[in-house]
Amino acid sequence: MSTVAWVRRKRAAGRFWTDFRKQRAGVAGLVILAAAVVLALIAPLFIDAGVTNVVSGTGAKLAPPSPADPLGTDESGRSVLLMIWWGSRTSLLIGFLAALLSMVIGTVLGIAAGHFRGWVGAVILRITDWFLVLPSLVTALVLAAILGGSTATIIVAIGVTSWPSTARLIRAQTLAVEARPYIERSLALGAGHWHITTRHVLPNVAPLLLASTTLEVASAIVTESTLAFLGVSANKTSWGTMLRGSYDWGAATAGAWWYILVPGLCIVTVVMAFTLCGRALETVLNPRLRTRAHA
Amino acid sequence: MTADTTTAVEALEERPARHGLPRYAATKAGGALLSIAMVIVATFFLFRLLPGDPVRALAQGRNMTPEQLDLERARLGLDKPIPEQFLHFLQQTLSFDLGTSYEYKRPVVDLIGERIGSTLLLTGTALVMAVSLGLWQGARAGWKPGSRFDKVSTAVSLVLWSVPTFWLGLLLLMVFAAGIGPIPGIFPTRGSSSVDKPDGFAGVLDVAQHMVLPCLTLVAVVYAQYLLVMRSSVIDEVGQDYITTARAKGLRDDDVRRRHAVPNALLPTVTLVFMRIGFVVGGAVTVEAIFSWPGLGQLFYEAIRVPDFTLMQGTFLLITVSVIVMNTLADVVYHVLDPRVRSA
Amino acid sequence: MLELDELTVKYRIAGGEVPAVRGVSLSVPAGEALGLAGESGSGKSSVALALLRLLPRSADVGGRVLLDGEDVLSMKWGRLRAVRWSSASIVFQGAQHGLNPVRRIGDQIAEPLLVHKLASGAVADRRVQELLSQVGLPAWRARSYPHELSGGQRQRVMIAMALACEPQLIIADEPTTALDLMVQAQVLTLIRRLIADHGISLLMISHDLSVLADVCDRLAVMYAGRLVEVGPSSGEFRHPYSQALAAAFPTVGDPASRLAPRGLAGDPPDPQQLPGGCAFHPRCPVALETCATSDVQLRASGAGRTAACVLVGE
Repeated sequence: MSTVAWVRRKRAAGRFWTDFRKQRAGVAGLVILAAAVVLALIAPLFIDAGVTNVVSGTGAKLAPPSPADPLGTDESGRSVLLMIWWGSRTSLLIGFLAALLSMVIGTVLGIAAGHFRGWVGAVILRITDWFLVLPSLVTALVLAAILGGSTATIIVAIGVTSWPSTARLIRAQTLAVEARPYIERSLALGAGHWHITTRHVLPNVAPLLLASTTLEVASAIVTESTLAFLGVSANKTSWGTMLRGSYDWGAATAGAWWYILVPGLCIVTVVMAFTLCGRALETVLNPRLRTRAHA
Repeated sequence: MTADTTTAVEALEERPARHGLPRYAATKAGGALLSIAMVIVATFFLFRLLPGDPVRALAQGRNMTPEQLDLERARLGLDKPIPEQFLHFLQQTLSFDLGTSYEYKRPVVDLIGERIGSTLLLTGTALVMAVSLGLWQGARAGWKPGSRFDKVSTAVSLVLWSVPTFWLGLLLLMVFAAGIGPIPGIFPTRGSSSVDKPDGFAGVLDVAQHMVLPCLTLVAVVYAQYLLVMRSSVIDEVGQDYITTARAKGLRDDDVRRRHAVPNALLPTVTLVFMRIGFVVGGAVTVEAIFSWPGLGQLFYEAIRVPDFTLMQGTFLLITVSVIVMNTLADVVYHVLDPRVRSA
Repeated sequence: MLELDELTVKYRIAGGEVPAVRGVSLSVPAGEALGLAGESGSGKSSVALALLRLLPRSADVGGRVLLDGEDVLSMKWGRLRAVRWSSASIVFQGAQHGLNPVRRIGDQIAEPLLVHKLASGAVADRRVQELLSQVGLPAWRARSYPHELSGGQRQRVMIAMALACEPQLIIADEPTTALDLMVQAQVLTLIRRLIADHGISLLMISHDLSVLADVCDRLAVMYAGRLVEVGPSSGEFRHPYSQALAAAFPTVGDPASRLAPRGLAGDPPDPQQLPGGCAFHPRCPVALETCATSDVQLRASGAGRTAACVLVGE
C-alpha cells in the first residue's frame, strides 16, 4: 500500500519538475537563489566575521571601486564586497527562519481553523483576521524594539506578523480538501482529528505551502532589511544595516553611490529570485492560473 | 404553464425589500469594536513584555541614578500591581489620554495632533496616485494578457514589489536631492518645508516640492501591488460570457473593457486594496523616517529610536486603530457597491 | 439569410493547432429555424461564435460567412460592429454568466439600442418595457439585477435582449441547457412564438436533439468539426451517428425503449489526432473496412436530406 503511494508521489514529483522547467522565469529565480545560498554557505572558507570589524578596514574611507576593493569601501574603510558577502549569511538565514516560523504558525492555525467546526474554528478565524488587519511592519518594529533586536527576536517579530495570510490560504485549502468524499469515509471509519489532518489534509496542502513559503522568504528578507535599516536590529552584518550605515554617514550627499547601490541590489536580486520562483511554483501547482489553450 | 400565466404570477410577486445595509453595518461596527478592544488589551501587555522593565531599557546609554530610575518607574505607574495598572491604562486610553512623552515631555495626544495633518497629506496624495495609476494600468494589462504592455507592466511591478521602500527612497535621495555626477540635486533632502517657511502660495509650492520625493517613493512600491491585483481580477472577468455578449452587441473594445470588465473587476480589487492598508502604513512610516517628513510615522520612528515607550505605545495604538476603522469602512462600502451582496 | 461556405476554425496553441471546425457549409433561409446538434467538442459552439467574429485572437477562421449576402469574415471593423446585434444577435446560456452581474437588466437590454443609436432615454425605456412583456416578464423587472432572477427568467432576459434591435437572425447557443425541464419547455415555447411572430431566422445549437426537433424545421448534426447529416427535423436519420444520438434519449412511457441498447461506446475524437478516413468509424456500429481509409462528403440520401456516410445514398 505505501509503495504504491510512494511510486505515485515520485511520478507526480517528476511531472511537477517537467512543468516547472517550462517556467523560465521561475527557473532563473531558482538558479539565482541557489547561487546565493551556495555563496553564503562557502563564505567562511574565504573570509570570517572579522571582516565586519570596524578596525579591520584597510582601504580609504568611502573610496570608490578600485582593483583593491572592487565594490568600494564604507565609512570605516571596510570592503563593501566582503561585507555583503558575509552579510548574505545573516540576511538569508533570518529570511529563511522567519519564513519558516511564519509557515509553521500559519499552517497549524490554518488547518485548525479549517478542520474544527463550531466555536473553536470560529475563534481561531477571528484571531487570524485580527492579526491580518494589524499593520505588519509597525507591529514588527514595536516587537523588535521591546524584545531587543537580537537575531532570535527579529525572527520572532517577522514570523509573528506574517503568518495570517498563510493561515487564510491554508484554511481555504483545508476546507476544500475536507469537502472531498474520502474524508467523509475516513470519518465514518473512525479517523480522529490527528489522522485526518496529518494523513489527508497536510499532504494535499503541502505543494501550495511550498509556493507560499518561497514567497514568504522574499517578504521576510525585505522586512528584515527594513527593520535593520530603521535601527531596531542589533545585527551588525545584515545588508539592511549596511544601508543604515550609508544613510547615517551621508553616502547620498557624499556621492558614495556604491555604498548605496550594492547592498540594495543584493536585496532586490535575492528577493526577485524568490518571488519569481514562488510565482512559478504557484502557476505550476494551481492549474487555474495556467494560460488556457482555447475557450 | 404559458408565458401569460407566468406573467400573472410574477405580477403578484412583491418586489424584494432592501434592508440589508443597516444591519450589516452594525455587525461590522461591532466586530471593529471587538478588534479595537483586543488591540488595547494586546498593547497593554505588549509594552509590559519587556525583559526586566522598561525603565532599565530607558537607562541604557544614559547616566541615571537609582533614584531617578525609581522616579521614572513611579511616573509610569510601573510599581503598582498589574490589574491596577491595566485599569488605569484602560481609563486613560478611553478618555483619549495617551500619556506623556518621555522625550518631549508633552502629552502624546498633542504631539499626534500636530503631526497627523502632514501624514494625511502625504499618504492621502500617494494613495490617490497609486490607486489611480495601479488600477488603470492593471486593467489595461489584464485586458490583453501577454501583450507587450502587459509584459512590461508586470515586469515593472514585480521589480518594484521586490524593492525595499527605504532603498528606493535612498536612491531617489541620492539622485534627485543630492545630485549625481553632472545631474544637480533639485529636491530638498528633508522636512516638509524650508527653514524660512514661506507664506501663501509660495508656501504651498514649497511644501509640494518637499513632498515630491517621499510621495514618489511611497507610490512606487504601493502601486505595483494594486496593478497586479487589478490585472488578475480583470483576467478573471475576461473569460466570462457576458463579456462576449457585450462584444456581440457591437461595442468598441475599450467600451467593453470600461463598462463591463472593469466594474466587475473593481469589486474584489477594492477589497484587497483595503485589506492591505497595513502595508501602506508601514511604507509611510519608512518614507517619513528617511525624508524626515514631520508626520505621525516619523513620530513613531523617533519613539522607537529614543526609546520613548509611552510615545511608542500611543502612536502604535492610534495607527492600529485607524487601520481597523478603515478596514471596517471598506467592508461597508463594498457592501454598498456590490449589488449581489446588497440585497442578501 | 445566413450562408456558411466551407467555414473552418483552427485554434493556435503551444505546439500546434487544433482544427475545431473542418469545413462546414450550410444555409438558413429567411424565417427558417435550423438546429445544429452535436456532442461537446464537435465544434458547434465555435461555429456560433465564428458567425460574428467573436472567437479569441488565437483562432484562425477561414471560409465565408454570408449574412444577407455580405461576408462577415472580410468586413471592416466598423461595419462589423454595426452589423453585430442589429442584423444578427446571440442568446447565450443566461443562467450562467451571460449577463453582467453588476448592471440592471433594463440597462443591459437597452445597451444595444444606445450603441446602434436606435433609441435613447424615454424611448429606449419604453422599448425595454415592450421587450420584457414580449418575453413574459413584468415591467418592474427592468430595475432588477441578474442574481435576483431565476435561471428561466434570466434566459428570458437574454432573449429580450437579443430582440432589441429587431435582428433578422438569432443564434441561440445552448439556450435551455442549464434549465429545469419545465422551465425549458416554457422557454422553447417562447422562442417558437417569437420567431414566428417576427419572422426571424434561427440557428439553435444544442446537444439535445429533442429540444432542437421541437423548435427547428431542419436539423444539422456535427461530428468532429464536420457536418455528418442535414435534413428536415420530422424525417428519420440516416447517418449512424445521428441515429445513435437520437436513440440516446429514452421515450417516456415506452417500455421497449428502456431495454433497447443505447448510447455509443468511446469518446469523441481528439481534434489533434483524428482517425483516418471517416472520423466516426472507430465508434460506428456498422463500419465497413473502407471507412477507415476513405473520407466521405455529404451526399443526398432521401427527401431534402444529405448525410456523410458510405452506406447512405444511391
